Amino acid sequence: MHRHYAALIASMVLGGCATSNQDFIVLLPDKEGKVGTVVVQSQKGKAVLNTAYAAARTTPDGGVQRSTASQSEVKDVFASALAAQPSRPMSFILYFESGNDEFTEESKQEVKRLLAEMARRQAPDITVIGHTDLVGPNPSNDALSLQRAERVKSILAGMGIPAERILTAGRGRREPLIPTAEGIPEPRNRRVEINVR
Amino acid sequence: MQSTRFIVIRWFLVAFACSIAPIAGWASDIAQFRVTKGSVYLERGGQRLPARVGTHLQATDTVVTGADGSAGIAFIDNSLLSVGPNSVLAIERYAFNSTTHEGAFESSLRRGTLSVVSGKIAKQSPDAMKVKTPSSVLGVRGTEFLVRSTD
Repeated sequence: MHRHYAALIASMVLGGCATSNQDFIVLLPDKEGKVGTVVVQSQKGKAVLNTAYAAARTTPDGGVQRSTASQSEVKDVFASALAAQPSRPMSFILYFESGNDEFTEESKQEVKRLLAEMARRQAPDITVIGHTDLVGPNPSNDALSLQRAERVKSILAGMGIPAERILTAGRGRREPLIPTAEGIPEPRNRRVEINVR
Repeated sequence: MQSTRFIVIRWFLVAFACSIAPIAGWASDIAQFRVTKGSVYLERGGQRLPARVGTHLQATDTVVTGADGSAGIAFIDNSLLSVGPNSVLAIERYAFNSTTHEGAFESSLRRGTLSVVSGKIAKQSPDAMKVKTPSSVLGVRGTEFLVRSTD
């Protein structure tokens, strides 16, 4: 409470100069250099951030002030939060030999890379996601893709990955790797993807 | 006859309770700590719990860091949040459908610093992810940004 009075008095003394009682928001480019969008809505103002290092500060009167942050400013304020960012999730894709339960030769190598990545991370958790091609409707593909994911989960559990660290998901036909027309059988879309976190 | 029916109902109840328990346990885990440094803890239902790498989070948990603390959290939709020292971050709502990628993710940075890398929820539905502070609401349409909230 005392701090609030102090800030108020300070702001009166400084005649409307910025106080520390503000939000500070900065949009960053992602690893590929692309930027997204963040819309900042305060009591009386709004700012759309959609360029790298676009920044917004809320003002004591409830508004929002748009600016651009310098990289050194970002480092000064956010170094600890940035240093604590978890490793980026990684994705691995596995295929079965057609007609049986075996991974393809290439996928056996991919499993080795998956296990190596998991070993690099501390207490990692993974999601096993089944995908289908664009043959058939959503419900049957959802069920089929989940079955595939469950099968891979049991294989990975058999390799010693604790089952409670493995989530499964059936994404069905919603995310084809190779875009095709409706009803086209495409083996490259019938896959299992593994996200390691 | 009455008692037989009662027993049958009771059996069903027991079977039902046993079958939902593990599912409920799974569904409530929405994230894990991937990084912890210094003093970091969770507030859950009025209790204070220590947070370490691998500790699960549930929707409505609050993450608190001390003056020497920082923490990184990975959510099941691949959203990544990390907080710096002297931070209070409340997870207010988290729902994720891993089949459709529809969901809702609302968190509140009461004070401190936050870094966000949005995941599948924000990618699927542009208005599904929000970060609040005491003085503003951030609508997240992707992907990486930073927030400081000073009280």
